[in-house]
Amino acid sequence: MNNLKSIVESLLFASDTPLTVDKIKGILETEDRKSIRNILTELAEEYDAQNRGFFLSEVAGGYQLRTRPECREWTRKLRSTRPARLSRAALETLAIIAYKQPVLRSDIEHLRGVDCGGTLHTLLERGIIRVLGRKDLPGRPVVYGTSKRFLELFDLRDLNSLPTLKDIEDLGQEWLSDSNEDSNDSTSS
Amino acid sequence: MMNVGAENPSTTYQVDLGETFEGPLDLLLHLVKKNEVDIYDIPIALVTEQYMEYIKLMRVMNIDVAGNFLVMAATLAQIKSRMLLPVDEDREEEEDPRMEIVRPLEEYLQIRYAAEDLASRNRLDLDVFARTPSEEDTDAGEQQDSEFIRVSLFELIDAFKEIVKRASAEHAFNITVDTISVKARISELVDILETRQSMRFSEFFEGRAAKGDIIVTFLAILEMAKSQLIRIMQHVESGVIRIFMD
Repeated sequence: MNNLKSIVESLLFASDTPLTVDKIKGILETEDRKSIRNILTELAEEYDAQNRGFFLSEVAGGYQLRTRPECREWTRKLRSTRPARLSRAALETLAIIAYKQPVLRSDIEHLRGVDCGGTLHTLLERGIIRVLGRKDLPGRPVVYGTSKRFLELFDLRDLNSLPTLKDIEDLGQEWLSDSNEDSNDSTSS
Repeated sequence: MMNVGAENPSTTYQVDLGETFEGPLDLLLHLVKKNEVDIYDIPIALVTEQYMEYIKLMRVMNIDVAGNFLVMAATLAQIKSRMLLPVDEDREEEEDPRMEIVRPLEEYLQIRYAAEDLASRNRLDLDVFARTPSEEDTDAGEQQDSEFIRVSLFELIDAFKEIVKRASAEHAFNITVDTISVKARISELVDILETRQSMRFSEFFEGRAAKGDIIVTFLAILEMAKSQLIRIMQHVESGVIRIFMD
């Protein structure tokens, strides 16, 4: 049993994509999903308890070792390239697609009140969103959805683990009533 | 900041907008927040007036006012005039004219919250890091899907800044080395590229400690791109910047 644990740990360490239970099952040539899940839970708990520099993240339908966010100041220095920032326009567009998918460009633009062509193009190019198909409407418009990459980037297990819009709204009310928020006020004089 | 009428210094305006508004809803939400009012009970006359002022300001600054800002302006003006009409007592179910903007605002606000929530999550490669494919894997991957896009100057400068930063962190002292001209460096790089076809941007700087050396190399790359000797491309998935010999 102990041995199995090291094997699973070695797979997690060596993999550069999130590992699904099915994949581990296939490698181990076993049908015992339950013990794999138990091992994964045990490992995750051990890393937390020992305060390791990494944790076991359940992401994009699989499991992946990731460095702790508390160490970001140092881990960032390891990389020579900085990931491109996501603008507010990109985040808003992404939020609409994540919550309303499958969604048309016209729906996104209606919600944001601005043209989103450029933003959609960038998100598509970066593989964060994808084209799910075409809608049976005049002009056969393209339907957008989020990709697996989206889940990986935002540390999400699946789309269902996004908080509901209702929950976010309740939290967000504070933002609206908070008059000291960001730079808005400094510009209002 | 914008200079209007440069030939007449007394009419030089300096407007600091600080924040630009992406769309009419964005601006409207800002006004609601600034006035600390409820989106369900917007003082329409006040907000309309402020909205128009802002548009005027954008015009003064020569910012191209997009059509959708004007559509909203017209909607606001229309709501304002409808609010002035006496309420018909017999038609009680007639809804508040302001609902026309309340609904889109409500929905937009929800999206804003959702976007902020996304922004607050632990981002891969920013807050949390995972193992990256080993270099051979990356190369193979790059070749396989060959999803390359042209790099903008800004991204290139960002990548260069990173390299300079790393170099200065690793070598706190300066060594005087034989200086080399950009021209000579170009011919060196061409020699290397002829045998390798393509190289990662960062590879060009490996083993170069002196700042001058790094700068000459960067200038050489820019010069080569300008004379179309090379193409500077970025891999979509990995973000790796790669130089191709044309």
